[in-house]
Amino acid sequence: MTLDEVKPGQAATIARLRGDGATKRRIMDMGLTKGTEVTVRKIAPLGDPIELTVRGYELSIRKDEAAAIEVA
Amino acid sequence: MANIKIALAGNPNCGKTTLFNDLTGSDQYVGNWPGVTVEKKDGRLKGAHDVVIQDLPGIYSLSPYSLEEVVARNYLVNEKPDAILNIVDGSNLERNLYLTTQLLELGLPMVVAVNMMDVVKRNGDKIDATRLSKSLGCPVVEISALKGEGTREAAELALAEAKKGVKGERPHVFTGSVEHALAHIEESLHGKVENATSRWAAIKVFERDKKAIETLGVPADIISHVEDHITDCEKEMDDDAESIITTQRYNYIQGIVGTVLTRSSRRASTSLSDKIDKFVTHRILALPIFILSLCVMWWLAVAEKGPGTILTDWANDGFLGDGWHLPFTTHACKVDGKYKDMEFEDAQGEFAKQDASKSKWEETYKESYNAKNGEGSYDKALEAFNEKAKAEFKPEKEGDEFEASEFEVLDEALAKTVVAKDVFVEDEETGEPVAKECDCEKCSKKREAGEECDGCGCGCGEPDKWDVDYAAYQKAKEWEEPDPSQFGVWVPGIGALLGDGLDKLGVGETVKSLVVDGAWGGVATVLGFVPVITIVFLFLAFLEDCGYMARVAFIMDRIFRKFGLSGKSFIPMIVGKGCGVPAVMAARTIESERDRRMTIILSTFIPCGAKTVIIAMFAAIFFREMWYVAPLMDVIGIAIIVLGGIALKKSRFFAGEAAPFVMELPAYHMPTFGGIFHHTWNRVKGYMLKAGVIIFPACVFLWFIMHFDWHFNLLADEAIEQSMLHDMGSWIAWFFAPLGFGSWQGAAASVSAEIAKEQATATLGLVAANMDGASTAAQISNLFASFGDFPKLAAMSFMLFNLFVPPCMVAIATTFREMGAAKWGWFAIAFQLFVGYALALSVYQIGVLIAGGGFGVWTAVAILVDLWVLWTIFRPARKANGELKLENGK
Repeated sequence: MTLDEVKPGQAATIARLRGDGATKRRIMDMGLTKGTEVTVRKIAPLGDPIELTVRGYELSIRKDEAAAIEVA
Repeated sequence: MANIKIALAGNPNCGKTTLFNDLTGSDQYVGNWPGVTVEKKDGRLKGAHDVVIQDLPGIYSLSPYSLEEVVARNYLVNEKPDAILNIVDGSNLERNLYLTTQLLELGLPMVVAVNMMDVVKRNGDKIDATRLSKSLGCPVVEISALKGEGTREAAELALAEAKKGVKGERPHVFTGSVEHALAHIEESLHGKVENATSRWAAIKVFERDKKAIETLGVPADIISHVEDHITDCEKEMDDDAESIITTQRYNYIQGIVGTVLTRSSRRASTSLSDKIDKFVTHRILALPIFILSLCVMWWLAVAEKGPGTILTDWANDGFLGDGWHLPFTTHACKVDGKYKDMEFEDAQGEFAKQDASKSKWEETYKESYNAKNGEGSYDKALEAFNEKAKAEFKPEKEGDEFEASEFEVLDEALAKTVVAKDVFVEDEETGEPVAKECDCEKCSKKREAGEECDGCGCGCGEPDKWDVDYAAYQKAKEWEEPDPSQFGVWVPGIGALLGDGLDKLGVGETVKSLVVDGAWGGVATVLGFVPVITIVFLFLAFLEDCGYMARVAFIMDRIFRKFGLSGKSFIPMIVGKGCGVPAVMAARTIESERDRRMTIILSTFIPCGAKTVIIAMFAAIFFREMWYVAPLMDVIGIAIIVLGGIALKKSRFFAGEAAPFVMELPAYHMPTFGGIFHHTWNRVKGYMLKAGVIIFPACVFLWFIMHFDWHFNLLADEAIEQSMLHDMGSWIAWFFAPLGFGSWQGAAASVSAEIAKEQATATLGLVAANMDGASTAAQISNLFASFGDFPKLAAMSFMLFNLFVPPCMVAIATTFREMGAAKWGWFAIAFQLFVGYALALSVYQIGVLIAGGGFGVWTAVAILVDLWVLWTIFRPARKANGELKLENGK
């Protein structure tokens, strides 16, 4: 399963990040590393991006980016 | 030690700016880092002027991918500040310490200041600073920048560290085979890079960070030598080197946070921040709330009767211009005379009417005189009259000089038969007769409510015209301009004071005009924008500081991403409806440099308040039956932004840098007055200094060529045909010929519009003054008729050109300043000039073709240009740079 499929209000643990380069590094810099627990808080009014809670703060990423994050 | 440099580093939203303001007070300098639009701020430590505090951009990491991060790390590695003061948000320790671990590796003296301790305590959490200090191997202080607690101590500790230099062992963040590999790389780098930075260098080599390796000058043979170790690590951990480093860092921090942070058990289930957030990003309410907040800002800054407009009018006409009545002191005139019991505005209106009666009758009289006695006879008779009067002139007291009369009734009998028909007062903006305002109760009430009175049978709203005979003329002549000081406490404006002062000094008209209209006019143009900029920035600073701006991007991202802009691009465009200058500056809130540049280029296409004046005039003169012309201009502006965004995104200038949208949504909090004030003041100050330097000489130059001939004689407004502007207009008229207004008048009006867009209408009035026609409107109409067979098309083309070419000089100067690099300023101008020219060309040439004007070379050019534009919009997108693209697939 990938992070964009997680329903709002549900938590998941990151298993693996696909891809490479700037976007992946940026996502990891923001604390979304292997083994981290994230909660999907909500989806933006127009359906994209999504809001997450990770390491005690709120982070917003696009669904495209969430689709590259495998969760368990 | 002379000039100690302390770098302030930390995440965005960690209170860095607040701390910086607290430490430096008002002694700050704000600019851009060389060549980029990233803000560069430095200031001197209060009470210690040899200490320079350098505020680095707010960053999450020292990766090579974001501009801000590269700027920050280049500064730290190359400039080597004497110490780093790292601010850490105590209420968000885990992510903030991630940057801290990277900063520590740079081998510079460092102090960690844990900020927001008041929030931490309020939540009931505890942070063990002593333990944190031991784990990190550098001093840690607890501060609250907002309340100014511990900030001074933090700065002094950083100073002490700077003097001491680095001592002691820095923590080893990495474990197992990674640490082993890093140690090996460090060993092989020994002697190749500075000892202090060897850890940093080793990690960069491990991460294969090309930019850092280049900056550090690591030899290629070492890179290839250690490559096997890196690959081994990657195989073992089943991940790439960069990710291994990131993951291990966070694992290490998790360990530290576990030991130093004691979380309170009594955590509130939903904080206030959550409640606000539920509301403003609500599925249905989010967009209405956003639009409402924009409406509030729009009203505050640029709405017709809002505070921004009132302040701007006051600044331009009152404070900087003629003068203004002190509020609450205005009253009806109490002095006996023609204006007794009238309000100032009514008195001005009455005077305008009497003045129109007077000049129109005089004009009619001259015509009648010439008709009776032959062409030019009136001027000759007046000359003779003046010569006679001069000969008979006796000074009543010393210093009296003879003044030639400008008008005399030379034939009393003729005068009695002269009646001026259809006299009216011209509306300043449209040149049309102003509408009648009757005094009946119904109409007065409507006017008071700000509604347009469309008539109640008493002629209200119809053009106000009347006839003037000799008796009426003699009465009208007696009216003098109302004296504002009879209507309240009158404060003279700076422009008026300057004029009076020069009069007292007895300087000549030329010098006076140069100083008052030229030089001061230029300064006043720059200062006149200050009220609206200040209001926009107070509002934006509030939205930014309270955390709403990030949500705006969150809500709007979906729409704006489609044409290559950011969610935050919407704000500059709304501001742009009022004025382009604060619009361009509002783009500052956009983090991605690419999005910011595109927003700057595009946001001035929305017709601003000054351009509305042009639209109003042309709609009134040429497109009376076409009510949709004015809204159509807004639609065209929006279309240019959308299509221009798509085309620019596909061009090589903006392609490739696919900006990820990974954004923190900071907790909401009430911003401080000081913070908002600093934010706003820095931007307004920057505008005045930088924009002023460009605008001032440009304004003086344009004024100069408009008012002087080649022999440097000052010209009257009516004598514009002898001016340098006339000749220069003729030189460049060919440029406008394909657009249908290739005459010196069209060129002069378009060029003067660059001072301020509404100047186009004033200049058109001046250059058309010698055309036939009873009113300025009719003269302008005849001017366009003289351009060719299709005056309406030429008028439309002129309007489109002036609306959609680069904005006024103030906005251009601001664009240059905000772009950070002159190259991008020129790019913006070239793009805007192309859009405006191509649009006017297509509309005129294709319009002429449809109207049966035949097919010419320029018709072909217009069609080719349009086809090319369509291609740039609809061609397939360039492949985004593979390195930056996220592999996407399930």
